[in-house]
Amino acid sequence: MTIFAERKQLVGPGDVLAEGPYFAGENTYRDGSKIFSSRVGMAEVIGNKLVVMPFKGAYMPRLDDIVLGRVTDIGMSGWQVDICSPYPAMLPASETPMHRGRDSVRQDLRTIYGVGDLMIAQVIAFDRTRDPLLTTKGRGLGKVSSGLVARITPTKIPRMIGKKGSMITMLKKETGTDIIPGQNGVVLVTGGNPDQERTAVEAIYMIEREAHTTGLTDRVKAMILERTKGTRVGQ
Amino acid sequence: MSATHQPTPLAKLEQKTIQEIILKGQRIDERGPLDYRPLTITLGIVEKANGSAQVYLGKTKVLAGVKIQTGTPFEDTPNEGILTVNAEFVPLAYPTFETGPPDENSIELARVVDRGIRESKAIDLQKLCIEPGKKVFVVFVDIYILDHDGNLIDAAGMAALGALVNAKMQEFEWKNNEVRYKETKMLLPMQNYPVPITSVKIGNSVIVDPCLEEEQVMNCRLTVTTGKNNDVCAMQKGGLGTFTPEEIKQIISSAIQKSKDLREKIISKVN
Amino acid sequence: MGNKEKDKVRLLDDKGLRVDGRRLDELRPVKLEVGVLDKADGSAYIEHGRNKILAAIFGPREAHPKHIALADRAVVRCRYHMAPFSTDERKSPAPSRREQELSKVVRESLEPSIMSEYFPRSTIDIFIEVLQADAGTRCAGVTAASLALADAGIPLRELVAGCAAGKVDGKVALDLSDIEDKKGDADLPVAFMPKSNAVSLLQMDGSMTEDELKQALDMSINACRTIYEMQKEALRRKYHVEREEEEKEEVAEVKA
Repeated sequence: MTIFAERKQLVGPGDVLAEGPYFAGENTYRDGSKIFSSRVGMAEVIGNKLVVMPFKGAYMPRLDDIVLGRVTDIGMSGWQVDICSPYPAMLPASETPMHRGRDSVRQDLRTIYGVGDLMIAQVIAFDRTRDPLLTTKGRGLGKVSSGLVARITPTKIPRMIGKKGSMITMLKKETGTDIIPGQNGVVLVTGGNPDQERTAVEAIYMIEREAHTTGLTDRVKAMILERTKGTRVGQ
Repeated sequence: MSATHQPTPLAKLEQKTIQEIILKGQRIDERGPLDYRPLTITLGIVEKANGSAQVYLGKTKVLAGVKIQTGTPFEDTPNEGILTVNAEFVPLAYPTFETGPPDENSIELARVVDRGIRESKAIDLQKLCIEPGKKVFVVFVDIYILDHDGNLIDAAGMAALGALVNAKMQEFEWKNNEVRYKETKMLLPMQNYPVPITSVKIGNSVIVDPCLEEEQVMNCRLTVTTGKNNDVCAMQKGGLGTFTPEEIKQIISSAIQKSKDLREKIISKVN
Repeated sequence: MGNKEKDKVRLLDDKGLRVDGRRLDELRPVKLEVGVLDKADGSAYIEHGRNKILAAIFGPREAHPKHIALADRAVVRCRYHMAPFSTDERKSPAPSRREQELSKVVRESLEPSIMSEYFPRSTIDIFIEVLQADAGTRCAGVTAASLALADAGIPLRELVAGCAAGKVDGKVALDLSDIEDKKGDADLPVAFMPKSNAVSLLQMDGSMTEDELKQALDMSINACRTIYEMQKEALRRKYHVEREEEEKEEVAEVKA
């Protein structure tokens, strides 16, 4: 019984992580008595489960994920929404708070969301046999009419949030903006003046670029302070 | 662009039946793992073609025709005749064969058969030069798949070989800077007789000459084409599975052996 | 009439060295770089001898048109293509029969490594562009495409490495160059997955005895193992991580 991988060790497809009675967690697979990584990422040992935290990858929707999506089509009973996933999502009209129930005529739907509109939604269903279903009934969900949008690799969202929210709290505080991360890699920045919002977006892209380096929080904070030198209002 | 093929029309249960029977060393049509299906070769079936051959391999039916015409040689081989091989997966041969330009399967088959003939130097292309650098004979080999019940490559390769050994052309001579055709006919000058042998891996077993259902269940296939002196002149792996190096070496050995029987069968038809 | 002996080129000199000075069992220099394109989901660039090949991946992504999708797994699509300026004589940009065959052969060499059952009803698109060709392009293309798939974060059983062997002047030789492929006696392209001991690409043309074939196969498989290590090294270079000092832990070795 041996674990070959160190915590946070860089591994790639086919690299052996462990041999013996361990569990093959996310992004690993078992072949015979050994567990292998299936993706490029960092190996983690959680109890007796081996997982790999991947650097890159397509967004696979999970139940309860908050996502930002763009309407691409209006159908008889809802909208098709692009959530930057291999699977187009559906927002049924019945899952919007404004919908009055019967008579979902196409014109009515267009007054709620038109093609191209951006929304914050939550995933309420997804499995191998059908496309993801969304809802906008819920606090903070619904159409987005202002702010800046940043699109990063979905695997970097956890880094952008940080341990116990440490990174995102710093970002919001130092830039004076509100930041809403979609699990699908689309991030909304609102609430500040244009310069503050642009700085926040810059910070987000910096985090994406340097996600796996040390001292990132401090460096991002320094970058923000540098950019907003002389333009900060109070604080 | 090449894309993953649509899944086999066999239900999982039917696939399991075939896999289990192969594990026992048997096959659904009661052959042994190294047995070919009944093979019938008929030469000269299309009189207007220079040469032709019809192959029935089990229920698979392939017709090959050879047309020999004149043409200009390639720049880098000014004194050599030209060989060109084409394959048509005729729509009447299988419900999902469609009209239109050759698809990747048809192209692959034609190129594998071509390789066998070309690399074994089966046709003495030097003897097909009429006027050096200006005029040579072009040998068109057209493979017509008429009924698809598996192992099209071997059936096509044997049909092509049969058509070539059967092919006749006008005798000619190059004299005083002009070509003179004689009354008599001569056989297309052949010096090797390449035979493709296709093996298929199902589970961990290897069988030869797959019928259609065996092909639909296979991991992958390996075609080995051998010439008359046991020299291998072409190989092609196909399918989504993989072979171990040991399996490959085993397949090569048995294919070289097997090709002798089939070559004999084809050559003996000429007389 | 034709005299085939007149133009016979010597591919081995008196010391048994090849036209480019290599020994029979020597691999051409290989350079690999991962993540070279911005818009593709994954990408890699390879220089293998004088081959220069770019590979890019898009996917998994929505299947267009919908009817090509498979219900229980991703459709893998592959395009092997040569740029018009890549060869000695200009090559027409239209896909040739050779490119169509190689697109199929290359797809079939990579698909066994892709865990496509994770992405039903989607497509994974592989694009291989040969910018400069010098024999062994399909093998080098497979090497690069496999890295590009890993770069895209697509789950793979392992990487696939490719290398050809062949025969020149009657001797089995590794990794033929263009002139050796054109004037030599045989060519054997191979792609191999070392961990699974699995050959996923195998072709041959020319003339070889059974023993020569086995020798060439072993030679190319060994070279594939070497290239596999280079692929892993290229991934390490791209994703170099500085470990958090505070979080460094001992290697956990639990012996039963």
